[in-house]
Amino acid sequence: MSSHVLSLLVEDKPGLLTRVAGLFARRGFNIESLAVGRTEIEGLSRITILVDVEDLPLEQVTKQLNKLINVIKIVELDPAQSVQREHLLVKVRADNSTRSQVLEAVTLFRARVVDVAIDAVVIEVTGDSGKTQALLRVLEPYGIKEIAQSGLVAIGRGSKSITERVYKN
Amino acid sequence: MTADSPVPSPSPSPAAPGLSGAGVEPEILTGSGAIIRSLAMLGVTDVFGLPGGAVIPLYDELMTQDAIRHILVRHEQGAGHAAEGYASASGRVGVAIATSGPGATNLVTAIADAYMDSVPIVCITGQVFSTLMGTDAFQEADIVGITMPITKHSFLVKRPEDIPAAIASAHLIASTGRPGPVLVDITKDAQQNTAPFIWPPKLDLPGYRPITKAHGKQVQAAAQLLAESRKPVLYVGGGVIRARASEELLAFAELTGTPVVTTLMARGAFPDSHAQHLGMPGMHGTVPAVLSLQEADLIIALGARFDDRVTGKISEFAPNATIVHVDVDPAEISKIRTADVPIVGDAKEVIADLTVAYAAAVRTTTPDISVWWTYLNGLREEFPLGYSEPTDGLLAPQYVIKRIGELTGPEGVYAAGVGQHQMWAAQYIKYERPNSWLNSGGAGTMGYSVPAAMGAKVAEPDRVVWSIDGDGCFQMTNQELATCTINNIPIKVAIINNSSLGMVRQWQTLFYDGRHSFTDLNTGHGSAMVPDFLKLAEAYGALGIRVTSADQVDDAIKLALATNDRPVVIDFIVSRDAMVWPMVPQGGSNSSVQYAKDHAPTWGEE
Repeated sequence: MSSHVLSLLVEDKPGLLTRVAGLFARRGFNIESLAVGRTEIEGLSRITILVDVEDLPLEQVTKQLNKLINVIKIVELDPAQSVQREHLLVKVRADNSTRSQVLEAVTLFRARVVDVAIDAVVIEVTGDSGKTQALLRVLEPYGIKEIAQSGLVAIGRGSKSITERVYKN
Repeated sequence: MTADSPVPSPSPSPAAPGLSGAGVEPEILTGSGAIIRSLAMLGVTDVFGLPGGAVIPLYDELMTQDAIRHILVRHEQGAGHAAEGYASASGRVGVAIATSGPGATNLVTAIADAYMDSVPIVCITGQVFSTLMGTDAFQEADIVGITMPITKHSFLVKRPEDIPAAIASAHLIASTGRPGPVLVDITKDAQQNTAPFIWPPKLDLPGYRPITKAHGKQVQAAAQLLAESRKPVLYVGGGVIRARASEELLAFAELTGTPVVTTLMARGAFPDSHAQHLGMPGMHGTVPAVLSLQEADLIIALGARFDDRVTGKISEFAPNATIVHVDVDPAEISKIRTADVPIVGDAKEVIADLTVAYAAAVRTTTPDISVWWTYLNGLREEFPLGYSEPTDGLLAPQYVIKRIGELTGPEGVYAAGVGQHQMWAAQYIKYERPNSWLNSGGAGTMGYSVPAAMGAKVAEPDRVVWSIDGDGCFQMTNQELATCTINNIPIKVAIINNSSLGMVRQWQTLFYDGRHSFTDLNTGHGSAMVPDFLKLAEAYGALGIRVTSADQVDDAIKLALATNDRPVVIDFIVSRDAMVWPMVPQGGSNSSVQYAKDHAPTWGEE
């Protein structure tokens, strides 16, 4: 298996997410992460899907996704040719004895503390999954109380844009 | 009767939108009125349906117009299959209407069937009031959600002003590209409320761009391969029929001299009487058709999808063949077998392009497939389609079906159910034209035949329409005989009554040591005959005929052909031991095709 990042330009219509997710579910593929948000064009959304699947079935799913009437464009984003980020909020145990070490880790990872309590802090970090996972490993010994993680979002490097390409045609 | 009426031209204000300036206001219609007006504007003349609470507004409007003939079915599944039969026999979009909840869920089987066989139908379902959606209201079902994996697309409409665009989009999507079922779910308030009727509506489908014209380079590459091939075969699928490409196929086949096989979905796409036709490939295909694919060095797949019933064990399918795969649906190409030359396009256009490209290619190459033809002709001679007489003295089902085809002729329409009788009808009726053979190929839906035949007869009232059905299938949807009798739709039903779920019984005989678990239906010879199909036919106002011996077969068929004032049901009591041959056992290689029980053909492996 190998991880792939698919970026879908879709019409913002009710049920669209179900249609997309259904094509993965039908084949028993697990979506590792999913992020949906608006784009610069009104009425169009972008779905970024991270999925762990072999190349051949992925090609089949991609073709099926392309058949969905509300899907306008799909590209697979190569990690080397794109910027990929996820956003993580993590609540870590931190009292007087450990807070300074936790804060040191925050600094090292260029993360931020966004909430402080007597015995815990909430840390926010943005990065690729390597970075967020590394931060979690460092924080783990102090006691992770809760994690909230966004889906991966990604965008191609360089000046080209998916929407531009679509609307040129 | 308005079945024959030309495309109606209802009269919304002559100043259609876009031509404004005249200052004529568009007509105000209820959502229900807009549904009917939109269908009529799209050329729809017939719909099949059954009313219920959530579509009463629509039915109220249906009553007051005559542009569209509505046929009241007895079960919504019947409406769905009738719409399929209508579409498959005529090429026009079939339309089915059902109410919310159970009405809509009763359409599900037909929708799934249409999805598998790429049948252009539009299903209109009522939905509960938009204010009640999601509350488990009476007769509420999320039919858009339920049918999402089995529709080409679906719409949920909650406002009357959105109806024209939804219906027009549904019609367009159903009938273009790779055809398929589209569902339009319309809330009761959207049907009741009013809005200006604006036609043509603005269609907003930026993500829908079916590709029809193929890449020129790929077409040339395919033509070159064909010119150089020594063992080519045209593997013709149902896409050729849906694309109305039979004429182009005939021209292409005759120019190239290539052997042709037609799949279960493609029977009739190429004339059975044609010398280049080897018959149907697949699990119950002819030996020459199966082995032509298996031993080919080049397979040109035209609107076919390498179904497991055609390929047998895929890893051993056609090991030496280069594959040219032509399909309008890019997702079909290389799905099962990797295509060496993928061609995405409409079969009609691509085959025409291939014909031109081949003519150019043979200026520099001299094709020679005479050795291949000698071999294939040898197979044809050695393994013709045939059957042996049953040893129990009862009728041979193959004989019955053969005679129906011979006495009716190629202008008839034949709609089969699913099982042994379906295979025999595919084998023993000779099809000469597209759209003459209707069946449930992909989904294998028992109960398809009677309502599909009904739909076909509505679409093509001047043709003889046979439902070739099994005793099992017939019991699933025979209620539509009432619809046929009441609405003067005189279909002819041939029940191939072997008193059992015959195909399952055949597998039990062959692969489960003859343990016939729950396949006895007690409808035929030596049984309690429950139900009595003669009485059932009569109860429905149909002419019932029972045939038990070969000498009665022709007279019964002739009487059926001469009876057009009501439906006819012939109960052919046949032997239950008859089996469908040839056969490639499931999961087996096509090379292991058996001509008859324990009788495999031998041929030289290279």
